[in-house]
Amino acid sequence: MIEAMQRAAGAALALALLGAAPAVAEPLSWDEALERAPGQTVYWNAWAGDERINAYIAWVGERVEALHGIELEHVKLTDTAEAVNRVLAEKAAGKSEAGSVDLVWINGENFATMKQNGLLYGPFAERLPNFALVDTRDKPTTVVDFTVPTDGLEAPWGMAKINFIYDSARVTETPGSIPAFADWAAAHPGRFSYPAPPDFIGSTFLKQVLIELTADADLLQRPVADDAQFQAATAPLWAYLDALHPQLWRAGRVFPASGPAQLQLLDDGELDIAISFYPSEAQSLIDNGRLPASARVFVLDEGTIGNTHFVAIPFNARAKAAAMVVANFLMSPEAQARKQDPRHWGDDTVLAMDRLAPDERALFEAIPAGPATLPPEALGPVLLEPHPTWMTRIEAEWARRYGG
Amino acid sequence: MGAALRRLSRGPASPALAAGGLDWTRPVPVLTLALFLLPIGAGLLGTLLPAFGWLPALGGETLGLAPWRALLAQPGLAQAVLVSLVSGLGATLAAFALVVAFCAGCHRSRLFRRLRLLLAPLLAVPHAAMAIGLAFLIAPSGLIARGLSPWATGWALPPDVATVNDPWGLALALGLTVKELPFLLLMTFGALGQVRAAERLRTARALGYGPATAWLKTVLPAVYPLIRLPLYATLAFSLSVVDMAIVLGPATPPSLAVLVVRWFYDPDLSQRFVAAAGAVLQLGLVVAAIALWAVGERLAAALGRRWLAAGGRGAGRAGARVADLAGRVPTLFAVGLGAAGLLAVALWSLAWRWRYPDLLPSAWSLESWRRQAGGLADAGATTLWVAVAAAAVALLLVVGCLEREQRGGRRPGRGALWLLYLPLLLPQIAFLFGVQVLAVRLGLDGGWLALVWCHLLFVLPYVFLALADAYRALDPRFGRAARCLGAGPERVLWRIRLPMLLRPIAFAAAVGFAVSVAQYLPTLFAGAGRFASLTTEAVALAAGGDRRVLAVYAFAQALLPLLAFLLAMALPAWAYRRRRSFRAGP
Repeated sequence: MIEAMQRAAGAALALALLGAAPAVAEPLSWDEALERAPGQTVYWNAWAGDERINAYIAWVGERVEALHGIELEHVKLTDTAEAVNRVLAEKAAGKSEAGSVDLVWINGENFATMKQNGLLYGPFAERLPNFALVDTRDKPTTVVDFTVPTDGLEAPWGMAKINFIYDSARVTETPGSIPAFADWAAAHPGRFSYPAPPDFIGSTFLKQVLIELTADADLLQRPVADDAQFQAATAPLWAYLDALHPQLWRAGRVFPASGPAQLQLLDDGELDIAISFYPSEAQSLIDNGRLPASARVFVLDEGTIGNTHFVAIPFNARAKAAAMVVANFLMSPEAQARKQDPRHWGDDTVLAMDRLAPDERALFEAIPAGPATLPPEALGPVLLEPHPTWMTRIEAEWARRYGG
Repeated sequence: MGAALRRLSRGPASPALAAGGLDWTRPVPVLTLALFLLPIGAGLLGTLLPAFGWLPALGGETLGLAPWRALLAQPGLAQAVLVSLVSGLGATLAAFALVVAFCAGCHRSRLFRRLRLLLAPLLAVPHAAMAIGLAFLIAPSGLIARGLSPWATGWALPPDVATVNDPWGLALALGLTVKELPFLLLMTFGALGQVRAAERLRTARALGYGPATAWLKTVLPAVYPLIRLPLYATLAFSLSVVDMAIVLGPATPPSLAVLVVRWFYDPDLSQRFVAAAGAVLQLGLVVAAIALWAVGERLAAALGRRWLAAGGRGAGRAGARVADLAGRVPTLFAVGLGAAGLLAVALWSLAWRWRYPDLLPSAWSLESWRRQAGGLADAGATTLWVAVAAAAVALLLVVGCLEREQRGGRRPGRGALWLLYLPLLLPQIAFLFGVQVLAVRLGLDGGWLALVWCHLLFVLPYVFLALADAYRALDPRFGRAARCLGAGPERVLWRIRLPMLLRPIAFAAAVGFAVSVAQYLPTLFAGAGRFASLTTEAVALAAGGDRRVLAVYAFAQALLPLLAFLLAMALPAWAYRRRRSFRAGP
């Protein structure tokens, strides 16, 4: 009931924004989806900046082809906003069916934008049988995305949590808090940096700083009220960055192009600390010959930002049935266990171990952790993502202050 | 075909019949221009209107300056324009200076004749691959620093110096210089043949001028008008390049063209108005830079006239030696950088572990190639068929236009040459926006037709440039003799002209192929993201971290056009294997 009201509200909002009524049709049932999926081609728009992830997606393509006869095409994005933009443009051009995007890897402000503009198909997530295995109780971010309820419009795919990778052969002392980071950077000028926002690693680092330094972090869980509130809440962030930047790599005049680029710089010896979003990424990179065996991980004492990433289906997708089947496969124990394996990707599962059958649980228990992976209990508390409006504003303000 | 047979059976065709309605070449020039001008015109309009607020699909229904106010309020705009100017003007000036220095200083040397062979492969290498190679070379942890560290530099760790992605765009300027130099040199070599450079030099030398002075005073003024358009095209391209700027240029802010592409892809749709205004600003920047260059030409001409009239001979032996070195060293350095960058790409694609300061990988592996085999095959296949289709259509149209000239007995004027250069003089983003809107309206976006058409806009001018001179230079008496023996115009074309021109035709096809392979923005825009080519993949990977994978794509991207050029050389040799007099080429 509440869901339906929210949907109606979303539709009304979209109507007001775009002046066109979205087609509200009952989403497919799981049986219907399963029946129609074979032979469909799914154009999956997904960020493609990391080769391990691309290889994982290619593997998904092989599996859904074998299991369901679905053709999966990875449309490689440098920024998820490209796909959001394309769907928006299609809606603006009146293309309400046979759109070019069938499935999109998404979370945060991109999800908020699509939801708000009525660009999403569904609710479909709860109709997928594997959704019952998702740990919605201990992993609340699987149903609340950057404070925005998912309302079944996206299916959880993986868990991310900020951690920091360093080379233990070069670095002995690591900072335990955001203020300590500033001291560390001052003692080691030119050895730390973060990817320039709007890269999601860079933006998340800024939010981490904000949460630790702002006076009332609870404020961040609600939309930005007005300019004055934003100025007041973020003042400590800008003061921190103003002081930090001169101590950074290239004196803060140049920033790494992306999260992976920053990890390459760590391997090159240009940086001493790099930011990662996946708890077993360090081990994964060691296994892939991209970091030295001496790479290790640390987190901050007060906790670091954690979130969930999802897949969603645009309202005008051509292959909705097959997209649902793919989304369901992504939540399967088979796909989730491979995703958590550092040899393939290395981010944590969205599933609840106690809801799995013993043989399914065994898949996860067989994953080698490796010396560079912190055990779950050592990863520290999870800090919640602020409302997306904060991120959008922070990115704009960052560009104004430091973007030239 | 039927018409040709009928004509043959009736004996020598009368001129009246040849000029009749059956001639397929008659509509080709108009068709070519339409294929060209319609999308460009519509594209420009589709960019201009939103730049002034008109885009009804997004609620823009009043004309005004709001997009421009929003554009001016964008952070980093001034710096972005500055980066574009520094890298674009700097690279064009540098490449031109190198060409002049090389031709003036070294035109008597053996290197002058041999360099041509070296240049073709460098010309073939796409911009993205060249940029990636250079980045591998000049980065603080790059091959050059490794070669000197730590024994000479003392750098146990890479120095904290922005040798790539520097805020001023100097690395980008270097990359553009290295990439544009072969193009300008080849265009200059072609022009030298048309101005009887050897005779001019002989006369000047007889009057006592030193070799470099003789070239500068008697050849350069004659050659310059012939390379003016290629220079303008280089300038326009360098000012608005996107793929190279993503790899080598700064990021906060990037050059204007990259910024415009970013705005275009912003999830906030209202940014499209800003993007459109930015694209128009980019157009204005190119126009202003070309105007500035033209003013520079006048100035140089005025100063040069006085210098010419003063009659200084510059005949000293030492002077010639200095001129030779000044011509040779920078050009060889630039060509060497390009070649070494490609070597670095090859090495990285075969590396497993390769940390600073190791000069060679500490662990080698074919794993990167093996893992990328699937993606490489897909992207390679797309790249291949688009390039073959675009080059084939372009070749057909160009041969049709040139054959029309032969049959109609009229050559297009200077205006036609400017039209031909239009897609090369306009910044791609200034009309690709509008082209995409047009494609969506026609239901062509994301389809292969739009993709090949978009590539054709850039492939066709180069194919024309590569083929026109040879086609026009073919002795008309061959055709006349064949007509006297009873052959109709089609038979002359297929049995005489095309076989005799096989070598330049194959070369032109390879040029067209290489141009298509290198296209980044047209693939991105017209393909609606659904067509991944080796170029779009390589540029997307350039922002990521795995150099080994990036190297695999960059290497494959460079390899395809190189293979096309090899094929273009081998095919005529094979076809002419029993015709000795053709082997040297017509």
